[in-house]
Amino acid sequence: MHETVNAVANFINLDTANIIYLFLVGFVGGLVSGFIGSGGAFVLTPAMMSMGVPGLVAVASNMCHKFPKALIGSLKRAKYGQVDVKLGIVLGISAEAGVLYGAHIQEGIKKSFGEAGSNLYVSVAFVVVLAIVGIFVLLDAWKTYRSGNTNAEEKVTKLAKWVQSINIPGTMVHFKSLNARISVLFTIPLGFATGMLAATIAVGGFVGVPSMIYVLGAPSLMASATELVIAFVMGLGGSLKYAMHGLVDIRLAMIILAGSLFGIQLGAIGTTYVKPYMIKMVMGTIMVIVLFSRALMVPVYLSQLHLIQEIGEGTTKLLKNVSFGIMIFALVLGAFIVLKAMWQGRKAERLQHAGEALGHGKV
Amino acid sequence: MSEKKKKPYVKMIFMGIISAGMYAALLLNQDFLNNYFGRGGAYAFLPIAAAFAFSFIHGSFTGDFWTVLGVEAAKKKREVR
Repeated sequence: MHETVNAVANFINLDTANIIYLFLVGFVGGLVSGFIGSGGAFVLTPAMMSMGVPGLVAVASNMCHKFPKALIGSLKRAKYGQVDVKLGIVLGISAEAGVLYGAHIQEGIKKSFGEAGSNLYVSVAFVVVLAIVGIFVLLDAWKTYRSGNTNAEEKVTKLAKWVQSINIPGTMVHFKSLNARISVLFTIPLGFATGMLAATIAVGGFVGVPSMIYVLGAPSLMASATELVIAFVMGLGGSLKYAMHGLVDIRLAMIILAGSLFGIQLGAIGTTYVKPYMIKMVMGTIMVIVLFSRALMVPVYLSQLHLIQEIGEGTTKLLKNVSFGIMIFALVLGAFIVLKAMWQGRKAERLQHAGEALGHGKV
Repeated sequence: MSEKKKKPYVKMIFMGIISAGMYAALLLNQDFLNNYFGRGGAYAFLPIAAAFAFSFIHGSFTGDFWTVLGVEAAKKKREVR
């Protein structure tokens, strides 16, 4: 990735079916991103690669649609008072460092262990991170749902209370989403981890959003909205890096953007109708399903590295297709939950207004 | 709740036409774009600038699109914390 590649040779021919496909995946990805602050990228990159786009061009073009999408999403959610710009920028800058370091590690692994080694590393990172964080987030959302107290104020975790209580002179910054001063010495590693994950599995938000909620003490709605600022900062830096190497296929990026800007507006509107635990519910659900999708691919890479008995070509193809299908399912299910929650919220609001109007004798 | 905001029909149509024009230009000049936008180095500003331009124009259109369809944020401001 160090030399500028021969761009035209790397850019595929686009037909109408491909354009419609990218537009639709972009829309669903945008819808989920507008709601939980990230997502979609884990489907978009393999989707482009399945069309014959080289891996690095797919990653670069995905990144180049991500930052303008995140910009529009964060502007929209800022209108609803959900964005903590300062926290987003502080985390975003350290995330940028994490992206660079993560990409460096990736290159090292690729050099030492080849393509299969690199794929195995990505899949194991997916499985480990999503297993720990995804199950934790989903259980938390489930607990809130089961308690029947879904309207209750979100509780700040013990860990976040401890983080907020530590005073390290010279490093303290006030963040409005936390309504507290915390040391940037806590935000730096969190941002760095978000960036490293973004460079590895393309979705930094799977660490960024939960860490803002559980480690720093931000409300879910603000954490997911602020993640869009982080995604913008990270995406802009990453896109610039890839564009300097001639890897961005602007046509792919802009077609995905065409769909995702419809989606992200809708997802952002959706957040104004739902209870905060729904953010965790959607995020946790997607994470746990994607975890299974990636876990299916681990034996394939282990076999390619001759660490286990060789798996036949037919089985490899089947596992690959099932894995991709599960990822698409995760995204579509996420979008379905968002749309359903939004529809129910709008219905409840209409009923409430009708009731109020009746109460005032206006009807 | 009686105040009804005027829907941004004119702005949506205007931005929609510009956005459609930009997408038409993108799809009709693919060879040219691939040639210049993928050159790398200082040419990196081209895809970045294009991404900003598309996001503002098309983003404004999509925002108004949902407003015109009546899909808007909840009226009652939800307490964030």
